[in-house]
Amino acid sequence: MCLGIPGQVVEISDREKKLGIVDISGVKRQVNLACVAQGEDLSPLLGQWVLVHVGFAMNVIDPEEAARTIELLRELGEAQAELESMQKSGARP
Amino acid sequence: MKYVDEFRNPKGGKGILADIERLVAKTGRTAKNPLKVMEICGGHTHAIFKFGLQSMLPEALELVHGPGCPVCVLPVGRVDDALSLAVRPNVIFASFGDAIRVPGSKGSLLEAKAEGADVRTVYSPSDALELARQNPNQKVIFFGLGFETTVPSTALTVLEAARDGVDNFLVFSNHITIVPTLRALLDSDGLHLDGFVGPGHVSMVIGVRPYDFVAAEYKKPFVVSGFEPLDVLQSVRMLLAQIVDGRATVENQYRRLVKDDGNRVALEAIQEVFEPRATFEWRGLGSIEHSGLQLRAAYARFDAEAHFKVPSVSVPDPGVCECGDVLKGAIKPWECKVFGTACTPETPIGACMVSSEGACAAHYNYGRLNPSSRLRTVS
Amino acid sequence: MNGDDQRLMQRIEKHRRRLGKVRESVVVLAHGGGGKAMRDLIDDLVVGELGGEGLVVDEDQARFSLGALAAHGDRLAFTTDTYVVTPLFFPGGDIGKLAVNGTVNDLAVSGAKPLYLSCGLVLEEGLPIETLRRVLRSMKLAADEAGVQIVTGDTKVVPRGKADQLFINTSGVGVIPKGVEVHAQGLRPDDCVLVNGYLGDHGAAILVARGELKLESDIATDSAPLNGMIAELVKAVEVRAMRDVTRGGLAAVLNELALSSEVGMVVDASALPVRREVAGLTELLGLDPVHLANEGKVVVVVPAKDVEPALRIMRAHRYGQESALIARCRAESPGIVTLDTGFGGERILEMLVGEPLPRIC
Repeated sequence: MCLGIPGQVVEISDREKKLGIVDISGVKRQVNLACVAQGEDLSPLLGQWVLVHVGFAMNVIDPEEAARTIELLRELGEAQAELESMQKSGARP
Repeated sequence: MKYVDEFRNPKGGKGILADIERLVAKTGRTAKNPLKVMEICGGHTHAIFKFGLQSMLPEALELVHGPGCPVCVLPVGRVDDALSLAVRPNVIFASFGDAIRVPGSKGSLLEAKAEGADVRTVYSPSDALELARQNPNQKVIFFGLGFETTVPSTALTVLEAARDGVDNFLVFSNHITIVPTLRALLDSDGLHLDGFVGPGHVSMVIGVRPYDFVAAEYKKPFVVSGFEPLDVLQSVRMLLAQIVDGRATVENQYRRLVKDDGNRVALEAIQEVFEPRATFEWRGLGSIEHSGLQLRAAYARFDAEAHFKVPSVSVPDPGVCECGDVLKGAIKPWECKVFGTACTPETPIGACMVSSEGACAAHYNYGRLNPSSRLRTVS
Repeated sequence: MNGDDQRLMQRIEKHRRRLGKVRESVVVLAHGGGGKAMRDLIDDLVVGELGGEGLVVDEDQARFSLGALAAHGDRLAFTTDTYVVTPLFFPGGDIGKLAVNGTVNDLAVSGAKPLYLSCGLVLEEGLPIETLRRVLRSMKLAADEAGVQIVTGDTKVVPRGKADQLFINTSGVGVIPKGVEVHAQGLRPDDCVLVNGYLGDHGAAILVARGELKLESDIATDSAPLNGMIAELVKAVEVRAMRDVTRGGLAAVLNELALSSEVGMVVDASALPVRREVAGLTELLGLDPVHLANEGKVVVVVPAKDVEPALRIMRAHRYGQESALIARCRAESPGIVTLDTGFGGERILEMLVGEPLPRIC
């Protein structure tokens, strides 16, 4: 359900209608920015990453939260690698 | 691709999978009496199969594929209603690609198109509105489908049509909401679930709080999850940690997108344009109170159902079809009598086989040869 | 007859023998009517644009010397394909380029050297003459690049609304060199599957060019003649099977080959070459690059020992720079293609049932 894909706002195309151009890995599409606009000025959205669903930007992606999740995933991976190396080098009974 | 690749890296999966195995072992559950975790959202089902996650999980953990695929839960009667609108003269019927092949009792939109109906595939409701502007002498009916993720886009499009006076734009609303459905699922008999992987993109709109009742009243752990494979694995791990600790809370794995209170603009747009129907029929699940959305009276001039009479006949699923039990997680797709024989992606009988997010199509396409012995032994 | 009459007759006869010229700006029904207008169209456009040594317009058929054909090999390869595409022009190509390269590739994947093509045109009344001229010019350029000649043809005009602008059928004849044996049933366990570059470019370019999705991108069709690269390949390594990847994408070709040869096949998801923009487009629309069409891609199956030399030859070629080893054949689960997702799990790589439709869920 609800296919969504991250894209970067690269242009504000219609301030009145709150439309902007989003770049998704080199493919561009005009999307509706109403749900992510903070007030009337849309320019702070430039350069931000948003989640695009059926031509609407539904939320701004929070880079700090993303980094935190990635860090958590990395720690889990490292813990596993450590565990594996301990098992490998560990003395056998 | 930024914010995708980082969460799709197979290397990152190893640690989480090992953790999942450890946690499942701690619960003492076995393959005969497995933990059952439901991913509500079809997007998660899709990711699980696309990345082959199912076969990586321990046998004592079973993923139950939930009803969160709006195309799958669309009842036959509503597809018939859509067809009745699409074949009207002077109508352009605009639909997302997903719904084009769903069979009603008299064929699909694709067949109606072949016979001359003007059916167009659109990517966005705003593209349907654009069609209406370009064809002022025709009615453009947008087939509104989807949960709260998609409802704001339809609502904002209706608001734009109202503002610009595009009166030949109509919506045939089949929008549905998640909370009444969850409650109906939790209240249904014979369903023993140990926790839920929550829908990330719905939650981006409605927030996390609406799920509090799942933990508070039903004592089930609930983790709102992203859609990349590492997101899903991490969410399963978070659920297991709750189960092992004997906790039941609502947690949010998808913090990069989902805020506790959701998206205010989107919620206001829904509130402005839509109101709950008294009841709405779901394929397989029967009628669920307040689970469907219709346009409010103030926007009735954009409501296809107010404009044209649709048959609104409830059509039972074909007798052999067990989509309902599959959607509830009561049976596995391959336990359905017609799975893979009469019902295949080429000749779908039930909607679970039509959408690529349907549990049956996912199993058929991705799971038939799944190295998981659970699948192999059943035939 | 006095001298004046004679001069007048000569003038008329000279005029009658002059090559026809189309004066209309659009195709009209008369252009398919068999009379002077059709003659003009053929003279001016078909012969004028496609003409070369091989094109003899006085006869209803092209004629070849068997001896000359036999110099290339010991078997004839013969194929036909019809080209229908909207829009007619798109980034990187047009229907004419597709019609030549497609048939050239259909011949080449048998190991044949493509030699001669036919060109059948179905024109919709009202098609701008300049559009037709552009397409034919493009066919000529493509034929020259591929080293084939267009030697016979046919033109029909249908009333407006009875066809979508322009359809092209091309048939092709080629000769298979002695000793070259390439069959769809030729795959064996442990054979390796190669592809000559980015997947899905053509399908993606057309999706964007249709404009319905209101997308912008630089993705261009991959339409290209592959006979040059293939000729080098079959000379140097043992090629078990070849198939050009067109509609249905890579998934269709791999499934057909696995079924024909009754072998299993495991595709390495991380090895599939996909352009960044095509990856973005398919994510956005819920599609998969392995289901999108290509017009310049070939799947080549070789025994494991030949992987390195084959890749070296392919990568050195203009149309194979991104060549990759993407799959291995195996004895188990015959007829089934699976994808190794990298997470340790495998899933079935199925053919797409219908058209690739953008989805929201």
